[in-house]
Amino acid sequence: MATIPVMGVVAIVVFAILRLTPGDPAAIIAGDAATTEQLHQIRIQMGLDKPLYVQFILWAGQIVRGDLGISLISGVPVAQMIADRIGPTLALSTTIIVFSILVAVPLGVIAAWRQGTLLDRSTSAFSVLGFSMPVFVFGYLLILLFSIELRWLPVQGYRPPSEGFWPFLSRLILPTLALGTAYIALITRITRTSVLEVMGEDYIRTARAKGLKENAVLIHHALRNASVPIVTIIGVGITHLIGGVVVTESVFNLPGLGRLVVEAVLARDYPVIQGLILLFSFAYILINLLVDVLYTVLDPRIRY
Amino acid sequence: MTRATEPLDSADLAHGGGELLGEDESSRLSSIAELLRTLTSAPVLIALGALAVVALIALLAPFLGTTDPLAIAPGERLRRMSSAHRLGTDAFGRDVYSRVLYGARISLLVGMAVALASVAVGLVIGLLAGYFRLLDSIIMRVMDGLMAIPGILLAIALVTVSGASLRTVVIAITVPEIPRVVRLVRSVVLALRVEPYVEAAIALGTPVPSLLLRHIVPNTVAPLIVQGTFIFASAMLTESAMSFLGVGLPPEIPSWGNIMAEGRTYFQLMPGLILYAGLLLALTVLSVNMLGDALRDALDPRMARKL
Repeated sequence: MATIPVMGVVAIVVFAILRLTPGDPAAIIAGDAATTEQLHQIRIQMGLDKPLYVQFILWAGQIVRGDLGISLISGVPVAQMIADRIGPTLALSTTIIVFSILVAVPLGVIAAWRQGTLLDRSTSAFSVLGFSMPVFVFGYLLILLFSIELRWLPVQGYRPPSEGFWPFLSRLILPTLALGTAYIALITRITRTSVLEVMGEDYIRTARAKGLKENAVLIHHALRNASVPIVTIIGVGITHLIGGVVVTESVFNLPGLGRLVVEAVLARDYPVIQGLILLFSFAYILINLLVDVLYTVLDPRIRY
Repeated sequence: MTRATEPLDSADLAHGGGELLGEDESSRLSSIAELLRTLTSAPVLIALGALAVVALIALLAPFLGTTDPLAIAPGERLRRMSSAHRLGTDAFGRDVYSRVLYGARISLLVGMAVALASVAVGLVIGLLAGYFRLLDSIIMRVMDGLMAIPGILLAIALVTVSGASLRTVVIAITVPEIPRVVRLVRSVVLALRVEPYVEAAIALGTPVPSLLLRHIVPNTVAPLIVQGTFIFASAMLTESAMSFLGVGLPPEIPSWGNIMAEGRTYFQLMPGLILYAGLLLALTVLSVNMLGDALRDALDPRMARKL
């Protein structure tokens, strides 16, 4: 239930961004050649003659019905533009999330298990480095190495999965590495600390004392009890991920929602900007709601 | 703590803070020793050294053999390294070495400005939210809403609306950073409100402003220094990412992000146009993050265990 006011605040902020825009939205739509008559007409049509709170309610009503408005530049409904461009973004974020969890969680557990060893310390060093490396710098380094010098992978671009699995995957490998590194750094770090924190608990000693294999102790006892903060950071990290997707898509020329944001901003296409911010915020809220639900599964003591 | 149960007059209270610290003198000394020990470990010294170099580059840019970073020379486009242009020239014939050095100024300036502004604003809002229960729920809902919007998108949208300049970019990057500071300050206030010395001060009728300033704010300093350091690093990253996308600082400002943005077209031909500025940025952010980690370990042992 707490998500409704959050969504409301997001809507107000996004609405305010459009209304704070210097210049008359009607004038932007009408173009330079419009007469005062036509401007007046458009204002009434858009509801701009009504008080601000009425405008907000009308606008929010449209959003709730899934109507995100129409692009000022192309005249295409924003929802349609999003549907056309969401493919690469979904593909990229899914591969990053899956790849990062598969790498980061085992890495964090091993680092905690071998605390203080060279492996642990290099893992920690890597996670600070991964968090400090700008996505675009790392992305260009990867392109330079794997695409230009070694010629193993295509430089940039995107192919939908319908054109074959390898053409699709090969173009996602470098973007996933570029952006995934920061995400891996984040998850590894939290996994390591959370596992370290439970490793001193009595039940770990008990599990070892009853002769369980170290694997079973680590996975079923340590990781299981350390899972809540790990899942939390995966959810919180989604905001970093979304911000990173915008940059990564530009570096690797993936025609996804991130590119669309930049295109819309450069063209001052406000309805598209609004729609995308709403969509990304909604995704963030939804994922964190999912994380909240996961808590109760991972830790039955948590009740809402 | 014993004093809190005895009646105190305001004169006593004026010295109260000092006396309380007096009781903890030994632990204070040991925590200062701890701070010094953490801050003189090898990785931190390297990070501090790297930061000092970048800061010196920023300060002394005009004296390091640079030329005007904005001077365009159409006849000298995309030159390789030479004695005249140590790192070659860009697509407008501008000296890359000079631009990269002057870029340090912009990055550090943006990072510092955002860190100071978001900590200052976040501190005030956080104090209000933590102390006045009525404001709390409203403020925190707004902060939750702001946190739900991906920071870089909010910053980009704010710059689009207000027009690109150094000032608007700093404000735009500051706004998304504020909620985290507010949350931090609020949690400190909530924890302190139930401390006996704070309750005693409230019972004595200490005016709210002096209560907050004397008893609450000093306790937020250490966590805010740590948080501010991390904001410093992330603001530099955000600024360069925005400028890189062409939606940040105006293109004529020689920031590292802008230098990289201009280098994109010629990347295959001259990777240096992106890499010199990029690696310097990565080095600076890495040093600041390492410093932040060390400060957190030293100032806030509880958090150090957490992360």
